[in-house]
Amino acid sequence: MSAKDNILAKLRKSLTGATPVADNFDVELVTQTYRYAPEERIPQLRKLMEAVHTEIHLTSGDDWPALLTQLLRDRQLPSLLIAPTTPHGQKITQFWANNPDLPTLKAYDRPIEEWKAELFNDTPASLTGTLGAIAATGSLILWPTREEPRLMSLVPPVHFALLKASEIRDNFYEVQQEFEWAQGMPTNALLVSGPSKTADIEQVLAYGAHGPKDLVVLILEDQ
Amino acid sequence: MSTPTLIPTIEVQEDFRARAHKALDDTQLRNNFRSAMDSLMTKRATSFSDAHEREHLRVLGNAVRARALSKLPDLLEQLETNLTRNGVNVHWAETVDEANGIVLSIIRAHEARQVIKGKSMVSEEMEMNHFLEARDIECLESDMGEYIVQLDHEKPSHIIMPAIHKNAGQVASLFHDKLGVEYTKDVDQLIQIGRKVLRQKFFEADIGVSGVNFAVAETGTLLLVENEGNGRMSTTVPPVHIAVTGIEKVVENLRDVVPLLSLLTRSALGQPITTYVNMISGPRKPDELDGPQEVHLVLLDNGRSQAFADSELRQTLNCIRCGACMNHCPVYTRIGGHAYGEVYPGPIGKIITPHMVGLAKVPDHPSASSLCGACGEVCPVKIPIPALLRRLREENVKAPDSPNQVMRGQGSKYSPKERFIWNAWARLNSSPRLYRLFGFLATRLRALTPKNVGPWTQNHSAPKPAARSLHDLAREHLNQQGDR
Repeated sequence: MSAKDNILAKLRKSLTGATPVADNFDVELVTQTYRYAPEERIPQLRKLMEAVHTEIHLTSGDDWPALLTQLLRDRQLPSLLIAPTTPHGQKITQFWANNPDLPTLKAYDRPIEEWKAELFNDTPASLTGTLGAIAATGSLILWPTREEPRLMSLVPPVHFALLKASEIRDNFYEVQQEFEWAQGMPTNALLVSGPSKTADIEQVLAYGAHGPKDLVVLILEDQ
Repeated sequence: MSTPTLIPTIEVQEDFRARAHKALDDTQLRNNFRSAMDSLMTKRATSFSDAHEREHLRVLGNAVRARALSKLPDLLEQLETNLTRNGVNVHWAETVDEANGIVLSIIRAHEARQVIKGKSMVSEEMEMNHFLEARDIECLESDMGEYIVQLDHEKPSHIIMPAIHKNAGQVASLFHDKLGVEYTKDVDQLIQIGRKVLRQKFFEADIGVSGVNFAVAETGTLLLVENEGNGRMSTTVPPVHIAVTGIEKVVENLRDVVPLLSLLTRSALGQPITTYVNMISGPRKPDELDGPQEVHLVLLDNGRSQAFADSELRQTLNCIRCGACMNHCPVYTRIGGHAYGEVYPGPIGKIITPHMVGLAKVPDHPSASSLCGACGEVCPVKIPIPALLRRLREENVKAPDSPNQVMRGQGSKYSPKERFIWNAWARLNSSPRLYRLFGFLATRLRALTPKNVGPWTQNHSAPKPAARSLHDLAREHLNQQGDR
C-alpha cells in the first residue's frame, strides 16, 4: 500500500455511513454588501488602495503615455520594462519613438534565464496591464501571460499598472463568475492590493519588503 | 553576509509548566506580546465592524470547511487529478519523515544546494530547515519574521507573526551581530537590510518552497496569501517550486475561497485582503518566459487522519491558520508562543498538536486553559475549541484498558488514585444517606482538616468545612418560620 492508499483508506473508513454536508453557499452574503454604483467604484477602489500606499492617477486612453513619462522623470527612473507585444506595450513604444530623450525602454522578450541578473539588478521599473480590479477589496487582477510574464509585476522596485475604469468589478465572487474561472485558471493568477509590505517587526508597518516598493495605478477613465 | 550553512535550532528545554513560569517572569517578553495582541485584537474588531455580517460569514466559513471535510477523500483525489492534468506533480506522505524524504529526493534530482522558503507552518512541522541543513543544503526562510527567528536560531512564536516576541531593539542587535550591519532600530531600515540579503538569495536559489492556504479541488489551484511578496518570489523565481501542505487544506470549489479568504485576512490582521493573493495552477508552459519549470505538491497527513476519525475532533481540521485564537487567548498573551514547546502554540496548538506528536508528549496542553471561551468566540470557522479542550482532558485521563482507542498517547495522565477519589465522590453525591453521614462527620470533625492540601494551598488558604451545613441551617430556618 502506498502512502496515498493508506491515507485515503483511513479517511474513507472514518466517513463510513456519513452523508456529505449539503452545499448551501450563500451568494448574497459575499456579494450583497459589496455592490457599488458605477460612479462609486473608482472612489471605493481608490480609498482602499491609497490606504495601503498605492499611488493612483486618473487619466485617459490618449493621455496616459505622457503622464507615465512625467512620473518616470519625477522619480528619475533611468529605464522602464515593458511587454512589447501587448497593446499598451505597442502604444508606449510608438510614443517613445516620437519623443526623444525619454528613459530607456526594455522589452521582456526572452526567457528569464537569459537575463535574470539584469532583471534583478538593473531594472528599476515596469509597466503592465491588468485584467481589471475589485472595488470591494481594492485589488488589481493580474493574469500574467506569455506576452506579459509573471516577474514583471514582482521584481522591479516600481510597478506601474494600467487599469481601464470599465473593468473595475464589484467583488471577488462576481469576478470569478464573470470570467468563468472555475472552468479554467491560467498558470498563475494574482490579486495585487498595494505595494509589498510587512509588519513583522513590532507590528510596525514597513513598505517594500520583497516585492515592489511603489505601486502606481493609472486609471483610464474613458475606457 | 557569510552563508549560514548549518543553523541548529534551539532545543526546547524543561516541561510546559517550567517554561510557562519562566515566560511569566520575563517582563520584556510579556510586554512584547501584550502590546502585539492588543493591537491585533483591535484590528480584527475594526475590520469586522458589522457584527451581523461577521456572524453570518463565520457560519458560512464553518459550512464550507465542514462540507470539504465531509468529502475529503474524494476532493483530495479530484485535486490530484486536476493538478496532474495542469502539470503539477502530487506526492503523498503519512509522516514528516516521508515528506522530508520526498523533498530531499526532488532536491537531489536537481543537484540543488540552495533552497529559499516562503512561510509554511507545515514545513515547520517537518523541521525541514534542520533536516536539509544536516544534509548540507541551505534552506533559508524569506518571510521577514521567519528570517529573523531563523537568524537567531529560534522557532516562530506565532503562526502569523513569527518574530512577535522580539522588539525592534532586539532585531537591531541581531542584525548587527549576525549580518555585520550598522546598528539601527529604524524598522524601515531593518526591513531594507532583510530585503537586500534575501533578494540575492531569491536570485541564487535552485528550489523554492512554500505552504498553501487553500487547495481548490475543482480547478487544481494552490492559493497563497501574503503581504511581503516573498511567497511570490519563492514560487516564481527558482526553477523548481515545492509546495507542502496538510491534507485538510482542500476546498471543493473556487467560490468557496471567497468567504474563507475574507475571514482569514480580517481575523488574522484586520485587513480586507492581503497585498498578494497568488493562485498557482501549474508550472511554466512551453511558450512562457518565466515561472518554475516544475511544480510539486506534497500532501502531508502527520496525525490529521487521526483527528479526522472522530467526528467531534474532526472539527480541529476546519482551521484556516489565522491565529485569532492565540491573539485573544489570555494564556498565550501571558506566556507567548515558545512556552508551548511545539510548532503550533496557543489554543489551536493545544487541540492540533496532540494528534501530531501524541497526547503523552504534551500532557499539559489540554489543561493550560481557563476555558474562558474567547478562542471559540473569535474562530472564523467556528471550531468549538473549549469543547475540544474538555474532550482532550477526558482522553488524557482515560483508563489504559479502555476499548475506545481515539488517539495516540491517550490516558497518559490516568491515575488509579485520582480515579478512585472521583468514583467515591460520585457515589457520595448520589446517595442521600451517605451524603448526610458525610455532612454530619465533616462539620463535627472540621478541626481535623489538613492545613496543606497540595497545589491548592500554594495560592489559597486551606478549605475548612463550616460548623453547620447548609442543610442544617435551612432546616432550622424552615422550622423557625413554621413556629410563627
